[in-house]
Order: sequence, then structure tokens, then C-alpha cells
Amino acid sequence: MKNNTSLIFEKSVKGRKAFSLPGPVAKGKKPADYIPAGFLRSSLEFPEISELDIVRHYTNLASKNFSVDGNFYPLGSCTMKYNPKINERICAYEGFKDVHPLFPCKKVQGYMSLLKEMEKLLCMITGMDEFCLHPSAGAHGELLGLMLIRAFHDKQGNRRKKIIVPDSSHGTNPSSAAMAGYRIASIKSDRDGQIDLNELRNALDDEVAALMMTNPNTLGLFEDKILEIAGMVHEKGALLYYDGANLNPLLGLCRPGDMGFDVVHLNLHKTFSTPHGGGGPGSGPVGVKKKLEPFLPVPVIRREGDILTFDFNCPDSIGMIKAFWGNTGVILKAFAYITALGDEGLKKTGETSVLNANYLRKKLEEHYNIPFNKACMHEFVISVKDLASKGVHAIDIAKALIDRGIHPPTVYFPLIVEESIMVEPTETESKSTLDSFIDEMVQIRKEAEQDPGSLKNAPVNMSVKRLDEFKAARFPDVRYKAGKNNI
Amino acid sequence: MDYTPHGREDIRQMFESLKISSVKDLYSNIPEKIRIRSYGIAEGISEPELRGVLEKFAGMNSSVKNLKSYIGGGAYEHFIPAVIDDICSKPEFYTAYTPYQAEASQGILQSIYEYQSMICELTGTDVSNASLYDGATAAAEAVLISIDKYDEGTVAISSAVNPMYRKVIETYLKSSHCNIEIVEHTEGITDVSRIERQISGKLISFISQSPNFFGCVEDVKALSDYVHDKKALSIVIANPLSLGILEAPGRNGADIVVGEGQPLGIPLCFGGPYLGFMGVKKELMRRLPGRIIGRTLDKDGKKGFVMTLQAREQHIRREKATSNICSNQALMALRAAVYMVYMGKEGMKEVGALNICNSHYLAEGVEKTGKAVLKFKKPFFNEFVIEFKKDAEEVFKIFEKENILPGAQVKEAGRNSILCCVTETKNKNDMDEYIEIVRKL
Amino acid sequence: MSIPGDLKYTVSHEWIRVKDNIGTVGITDYAQDKLGDIVFIELPKAGVELEANSDVAVIESVKTAADVYTPLSGKIVKVNSLLDKDPSFINSDPYNKGWIFEIQIKDMSELEKLMDSSVYQNKISED
Repeated sequence: MKNNTSLIFEKSVKGRKAFSLPGPVAKGKKPADYIPAGFLRSSLEFPEISELDIVRHYTNLASKNFSVDGNFYPLGSCTMKYNPKINERICAYEGFKDVHPLFPCKKVQGYMSLLKEMEKLLCMITGMDEFCLHPSAGAHGELLGLMLIRAFHDKQGNRRKKIIVPDSSHGTNPSSAAMAGYRIASIKSDRDGQIDLNELRNALDDEVAALMMTNPNTLGLFEDKILEIAGMVHEKGALLYYDGANLNPLLGLCRPGDMGFDVVHLNLHKTFSTPHGGGGPGSGPVGVKKKLEPFLPVPVIRREGDILTFDFNCPDSIGMIKAFWGNTGVILKAFAYITALGDEGLKKTGETSVLNANYLRKKLEEHYNIPFNKACMHEFVISVKDLASKGVHAIDIAKALIDRGIHPPTVYFPLIVEESIMVEPTETESKSTLDSFIDEMVQIRKEAEQDPGSLKNAPVNMSVKRLDEFKAARFPDVRYKAGKNNI
Repeated sequence: MDYTPHGREDIRQMFESLKISSVKDLYSNIPEKIRIRSYGIAEGISEPELRGVLEKFAGMNSSVKNLKSYIGGGAYEHFIPAVIDDICSKPEFYTAYTPYQAEASQGILQSIYEYQSMICELTGTDVSNASLYDGATAAAEAVLISIDKYDEGTVAISSAVNPMYRKVIETYLKSSHCNIEIVEHTEGITDVSRIERQISGKLISFISQSPNFFGCVEDVKALSDYVHDKKALSIVIANPLSLGILEAPGRNGADIVVGEGQPLGIPLCFGGPYLGFMGVKKELMRRLPGRIIGRTLDKDGKKGFVMTLQAREQHIRREKATSNICSNQALMALRAAVYMVYMGKEGMKEVGALNICNSHYLAEGVEKTGKAVLKFKKPFFNEFVIEFKKDAEEVFKIFEKENILPGAQVKEAGRNSILCCVTETKNKNDMDEYIEIVRKL
Repeated sequence: MSIPGDLKYTVSHEWIRVKDNIGTVGITDYAQDKLGDIVFIELPKAGVELEANSDVAVIESVKTAADVYTPLSGKIVKVNSLLDKDPSFINSDPYNKGWIFEIQIKDMSELEKLMDSSVYQNKISED
């Protein structure tokens, strides 16, 4: 029974069931009395399983996952901090969970005022003038941010065609820009891993709509020429976009708005502790300076007499970017987090994330090559290019960590460092956890040098060994079909 | 409060290793000019105080538990089995991230593979992705697939598609070279002859919804046949809960089936987080946006799961990716998967049947009072438009006194009309009470 | 690394074999090696007319994707549909069975801008 890998469909036995439902209101009536036969379904091949067997199936699946609650998870750029339990409880309150989004505004003033309050808090934390809470994720926020930039330039009668992104940027930056109808100009980083001012100067022409930046950048380094950069960008009439993936270390320290950014997106599931959910849901609010406010998506929350209401009547708005008003279930967890931490707690959060990252960096620098080795912010990047001669690559280090119960850091990103391993411990990890991680990394390094073959086999302690990704992509098996041997 | 773990001794030791006396020593390259002292927000509070604050906000909201709601319009009140909350609150699921490391993520990967399989079966399509943000953005992404395939032309949308979805599609298409045409419905149903009359240029996709915004079931086969005649893609937005009883759009010719997965065990939560699902015909597999999970073998020949067909995605293709999406709604997809497994073959059908029978019971009862009529005389699933003889505002007030929200006020439905939704959560007493109020109008 | 002497090469690692006014195009041995095992190719459509250096095809391996560009301007007259079924010919036999498309060359003088094998050899040894 251990490590049972069968699919839920393979556990199905005809005639079994889990569900129970009340009987129909009008006895003797059937769907066929109301719906033409041609519209009714001929068959549905869904599993038939008892309730306990369903629970067992998913409990078994859960046991095959690493998670923040079970494992150290220093996944660079993803800010895998602890997700406070109280916030999960709060989200389950009836007055939050069972509220329909189309209830009349006067019936949902709790939500309306919480959302309005959250907009204000995020403005204060980022130094922006207005916030929109609608985007469902960071990438969704980026798309919105770029649509706003486009609307802004359009309104001025000067469309502009290009977005500049540094070569160290997240892949979503260029792809969001392309989705918003822009061409991409990529600029190289300088020797310190920062934006190269000369490159930027050369790229900045009248066709540039905005420069997208992450600060600290994806190497974990603060872009210390930021004020100069902002000046250059604004002088050309372009806007400055802040990718909030790395906001965590700046909590209580400095704000994108004060650095000159015009548009900011945040990742509530990173900086503000909401769970990542195995890949989502997230939430990616967007903040703007006053001049971009008219273009924000509808509806906008406004006070009308005694109550807060949704205003759909904004002539310059870019429109709607999702049904309803945002991932409110996520937003309220982040709201609870900010409320609990307050000014001091947020500051301590930022500081500790920087302390933890630097502690790891310092302890690992004797054992690993750190290409841009100086005081970092919340994360740093190792390169194991020097192990290539042993046939060992970043992926092998990652898999060896899995065998040791640690979720690997981000590997092969950023693209500008070869064989990169990007480590972000976050502020919620204790020194003891950091020390064990250091020990394991040191041991893995030894193994890589003395017995590289053993690393190539890792992981050996999981439910599966390394998987054949070529086969998966060349002969895609992306759904189960009864009676068909997919593999 | 905060969630940092260090004691004084930890910090002393860490400072010593770093040869610093304060964390500030690590910030030397941050310009003084932009540093702040504080945000000026309130001081932090304890967990018990936090509960108090949030309970107060929650207390200012009505919920479907303390008033009777007949509102649908894109989000639906359904029975959510206890099993779902239990399974989905396992931290191994909700505190993990995107399964970048397959060997340490087999649980979430397998759950998504199973989700994809059930979405394909339910919608009658060949391939499903791992999910998108919500139904509206899924619809917009579906339209982008048609633009990716044909480059330019006309995107036509039925006016019986949820207006919010139409707005989202419009926003997503602002930077494209395609124009959007809205095709007016005829008596609550999309009218093929109007498409023919209205669309002159090259049609690249037609978007319909079934059951549509007014609750009516569309003839997906006739629509898709027409659209295929024009060598365009038929995109159908479907309510997944209806597909336990209504024919799968894919089997009726839809090339892309998308929709809002919220009815499948996801709480209302004031509009999110929800779940956008998308299933497509095999030919469109490589144009799918977002994550896709595939089954493969490990080095010992054992079955396992990985993220696959990644060359479509933003982290590899950057500006040439099929979409910028880099996550999925994994936890919501898990909820939907558990729901579909729990309801199973018979339960999906039965819950669908209950929705049809209950909603028709109410609709017939309301009509019999003579105080209101059904605006559209077409087959419907669990929503229908009621046109009152009285002013709708007044009707709302009367219902409100009884703590009932009789439906959604939607201007698309016309004057004095409301969009009423009945699911398996309403019993005979509830509906008789509703009918009685109408009778007394 | 094989670099046949009778072909012309581009900086983006395509080769072209010219016979009369028809050029056969593929990617070089060096390029296929860099990409790794190829899982899919999106082939161009026959009949399309293109300027030199436009992207015509996409080759996907497990962890990367690369565009293929036309070395010269002209009209695509034939594509190697064998690759639809089995793109691995690009790995195993890049200069023969792994050819991607044939192009009817519009302007033969463009050929002069391409590299011969020795120049290409030098270029990739710099990379």
C-alpha cells in the first residue's frame, strides 16, 4: 500500500459513491421534462469512489509534497515565508467566505471598507498614490501595469512602442510587455550585476514607454543608482515600472514611490505571507502615481454618502481585467498580516530577511563561488560553474538537497549567472535551520568533489527518482483516458 | 507581533559572523535620501486582538448563511462537501509552491494531472491546462489563442455572454489588431443568422456561453457548425456544474471550452480566488497558455509527473510566450478535483438534475402568480430572467424585508427584470416563500 | 562538430545548400547540440514569402526553444513534414534528413552576405 501511485480513476469501482444530496422539490419531475433530449449529456466517465478512499488518496498525495510547513524552502525570488495559521482561520469566517460578490454594496460594507483600508495601507507601504487590488497574480499585475502605461501614453497622443527590460529580469516582464502590445529592448547588466547606465542611455529613445525593474534585482542586489536611473527615464518622458517580486527586504526601509517608480505591482503571496497554494492563488495589486489614476480598472471603490460603493463610471479606465474585484480571499489574509505586524513588525521582517540572507552568504562563501559577493538584500546567487569539470551541475545540487529534506533554491535563474543557485531564506527561518542548511550544502560540496556520481543519482529518498522530461514533452500524456494505455 | 524567530543570542552570533553591529551595516549602498523612519501605519497587535478586528469587518457583511440569496451571475452558491475543506487545508498542499522540483512535488502534480483529465472529460476536449485565474480571463486567453492562430480578423461575441467577461476580453484585446463585434441575442439565445448578417470581415473566433448569462442553454452544435464553416474557432464558455447533465460543448464542436470553476466546491468569498478552466482540441495543444502537467517515467521506469511542454511558457520564451501567466490556481484546481471525485459519475448528474428541477419549480410557481413572467421562453439550467409587472426596485424592497435577495439586478436583462438563480441549496419551503411574496405583490 | 564545406552559414546557426535558385535550409550540428534533444518543431507553411532573417520556424527542446530564421529572402516552397512525426532527425542528421524547408531564392546576391564553413568554424569557436 505504501507509495501507491495509482490514479484516482484506477481506484474507481462501479456503483460506489461518496456524495449525498437532498431529493428533488417536485416529485416525479426529471430534467428531460424541461430540457430537449439533444441538449442532455449522453455519458460522463467520472470516478466512483467512497469517501474514505477519497480522503486516503489525497492524504497519500499530500505526503509526497514538500511544503513550507514541512521543509526549509529557500526558493529564490519566491519568498516562501511562513503562512500564519490565524489568517487561514480568518478567511474561513462566514462573513468573508460565504459572501456573494454581487450582493448590494450596502450589504457588504465590511468587505468594502477592508478593501479600501488595504488600498491605503499598500499606498503607505510603497509610497504610491492609488492602488488597484484586482490582479490575480504578479504576472496579472504586470499586465495591468503595462496596460496603464499604454493608456497613459495614448492619452498624451504619443503611443511609444518599446519597453526596456534588463537581462536579469523575470521572464514574465518581457512576456507581459509583449501581451500589452510592446516590443522589448533588453539591456545588459554591468560588472556589478546592476543596470548599466551607458546601456540604458543608449536604449532610451523617444519610443520607450517604460523601463521595468526589480529592486533589489534578481541577484539580490540593491540598484543603488536608482535615483539617477529614474531621472534618466523621466527626462525622456518614459515611466518607471517596479516589479515587486523582491519587496520583502525593503519593508520598513524604503519605498518604490520615493525611488521614482510610477507603477508598482506587489505579490501578496510573497511579501505579505499569503500561502502559495501549490502554484496559486496569489494576488498582484498594482499601485500608481496620481497621473495614472484615471486609467485604473473598474470598478473603483468610492464613498457615496454613508457607504462605500463600486464606481464603474470612469471614462479613461482601461476596463475590467477580471470578473469581480480581485482575489479578496487572498487580500484579506494579507490585510490581517499587515494589521498584525504594524509598522515595527514590518520593519523587523525586512531587516531579518536581509540578516538571514547575508548570514547564509557569509557562511557559504568559503565553499561556493558567489559571483557578485557583497552585502546582499534578501537573497543571493551562487554559481556552481566550477563543478562542471566534475560533471556536476546546479540541478544535481538541487536534487541532493531534496534527499536531505530541503526544498532546493531556484536553479538556472537569473539567466546572467551560469549554473546559478538562487537562495532566499526569508525572515521566518531560525538560525538553527540556516545552520543545518549550511552543513548540508558543505557536505554536498564535498560529495560533488569526491564522489560526483552519487549526486547524479539523487534523489533516492522520494516516491520517484529523476523523471524523464524529454519523454514527457516528446510524447505528451496530459490526461488519463479509460482503456487507453497512455505510456 | 511578527513571525521572526531569532532570540538575542541568535542575533549576536549572526552579527559576529558578519562582523556587523547592526543590520544597518548591510544597507550602506542604499541612498540616505530614500530611507524612511516609519510608514506611519498603526502599531502591530496580538493574535486575539487581530481576531477582534477582523471579526468586526466580517460582522458588517451579510452572507448567504444569514440571508436567502437567489443571486448568480457568474458566481454560485452550492453545497461544498466537508471533505474538500479538510483535504485542501493540508499544509502539504497549501504551503507548497509551483512544482518546479518534480520529485518533491508529486502530490500536487498528480492532483493537477487528475484535474486536467476530469476537465477534458467534462468539457469534451482533448487537452486541459493546469488552470487560469478565473472564467473571464480564461475566456480572454481563449480569444488570444484564436489571434495567435490567425493573426488578425474579427472576434465576435454573443451579447448573451456575461457582460463582465465581455469587458475583460475587450481589455485584453486593446493592443491587438483585431476588432470585436457584439452579436445581439434574439429572445435570450444567440442567433446564427445575425452573425451571418453582421460580420463582414474574416471571422477568427466566435464566443458564446452556455448556459448563457440569462441562464438559457445554447445550441452549441449549430453555433459551432456555423463557425467552422467560416474556418474560425468556436469558443464556448460553460458552467462546469451544468456539464454533469448537459452535453459537453467539445462533443458539440467547440474548439475551446473555458469557464469559471467556482461552482465546483469553491467558496463565494466575494469574488475570488476562483478558477479559470480551459480545455482545447488536440490541434491547439501547443497554443495553450499556462502550465500543463504530464505523466512520464522515472529512471527506474516508475510512473511520475512533471510540468511539461514548457517551451510555450514565459520563463523560456520570454516575449514570445503563449501567455505571460506563470502560475495556476493550483489550490482551487485541487478543490475542483476533489469536488468532481466526490460527486463522481452519479453525483455530477444528480446535482445538475437538482439545479434544473429546482429552478423550474420556482420559475413555474412565479409565473403562475400572474405577477411576473419569464422573459425568455427557452430551456434553462439554474438561472432565468423574471420580468415583474411592478417596478423591480420596489420588488427588491419587499423581498428585503423578508431577508431575501430575489436575484441580481442586471440592466442587460431589461426593465423591471432580475436574473434569478436557484441551486440545490434551496428547498421547497424557501421557494414556496418566494412564490408567496410574488403572489402578494 | 561537423561543418560541411559546401554549405553557407548564418550567425543564427542555419545552413543553406543552394541548387539553381532553390535553397535547402536547416540548423547546424553545433546548434542542435546546444539545443539538446528536440521534442517539437513548428514548421513554416509552404507558399509564404519572406524577407531575409525573418523567423519561420520554432524548434523546442525540453528546456528551451529557438527560432529558425530564413538566411535569404524568398518564397517557402517545401517543408520537411517528416519532422512533424519525428523531429529527432534534426539531432541525428542535421544536414540531410534534418533539413527544415526549401526556399525559392529571390535575390542571389544575398548569398554573399552569408559565411562559408571556415568563417562559421571561427565564429563558433569564439562562442
